Formats: sequence, structure tokens, C-alpha cells
Amino acid sequence: MKNRLKVLRAERDWTQADLANALAVSRQTANAIEKGKFDPSLPLAFKIARLFNLTVEEIFIDDEQT
Amino acid sequence: MNKHNESICSQQKSNITSLALWTLAWVISTAFLRFGAEYIWDYQPAYSIIALITHLALGLTMIMVNVKHLANLDELQRKITLDAMGITLGVGLIAGIAYEQLEDIKLISFEPEISHLIMLMAFTYILSILIGNRKYQ
Repeated sequence: MKNRLKVLRAERDWTQADLANALAVSRQTANAIEKGKFDPSLPLAFKIARLFNLTVEEIFIDDEQT
Repeated sequence: MNKHNESICSQQKSNITSLALWTLAWVISTAFLRFGAEYIWDYQPAYSIIALITHLALGLTMIMVNVKHLANLDELQRKITLDAMGITLGVGLIAGIAYEQLEDIKLISFEPEISHLIMLMAFTYILSILIGNRKYQ
């Protein structure tokens, strides 16, 4: 699943470590989600959406729709 | 936020240390049960039962500490660990049964040792964890 995390993070001038801290996950997990290697659970996806004040659909892009 | 994450890391380190210590205690109790009966209490049933109960209690505690450790991991770490456990269980079951059959079908002349299976499972688990971590880097 693709996502806009890298862009959103860059807009706020956050490092991956900042993102990981904000989400209470390891940096490895934040990196894997950002690179699309790991799809987060629904609660974590909502947590990410809340962090950026966006909806889940505005951050994550379903591969089957692209 | 940093403090929160540091607290999670600190909790994870504490859980890993606790798991390592309980595992060590369980391993020592395994050796104590096996060699104690032979060299210390000369197979007296009462002592063997006490050693066996201690061994099982330590094993149960080790499992509970491992469950606590798993619950404290984040979701990717948990996935990597559970995947490794699943692969290890599969390899252990398949290889264990095949290994046990080797003597029955006269392909080996010695009796299969459970320790060989445990070593294979340990190696499989470590390798699976390493591959899992590399996959999600």
C-alpha cells in the first residue's frame, strides 16, 4: 500500500525518529510503513491520520485503485 | 513524545533481560533435573518430583514472561517475532518427525536426540528473526 508519509513528514521537517516517537513505535516500523513495506493496523493508521489531521484515505492509497 | 518512546524502549529492554534470566533459570533447571538425579540424589523419587515441579514452574514462568514481552512489542516487531515462531514450529515439527523416523527406517544407526531438534529450532528461530528484520529495513 502506497502512502504520503514521507511528504507529510518532510512538510513538517520531522525525522523518521520524530514520527516513530509520535506514534510510539520503533524507527524500523516507521521506516517500513513509510516505504510501503509494512501495512499498519487500522488503529495505527487512524493514529497516523490523527497526527497529521487528515483522513486515512488522504494518507494511504489502495494499490488496487491506482 | 521522546520520553514516551524512551519509556517503551526501556520497558522492552527490561522485558528482554527478564526473559533471558528466566530462560537461563529454566535451562539450569533442565540440567539440574537430568544430572541431579544421576549424580546428587541417586534417582530418589521425592527429589526427582521436586526438581520436576520446579523445572515445570520455571518453564511456565518463562512462557508468561515471553507473552508479556510480545505484548510490549510494536506491531511490526510482533509480526517479525510471530512469523519466526511459526516457521520454527513448522520446521521443528516436520524435521522432528522425519528425524525420528530415520532410525525406524534404518537410515541412521544411532537414536535421535531431542537436543539436536532443539538446536535446529534455535538456529531456525535466529535465522528467521534476522531475515524478518532485514526484510523490513
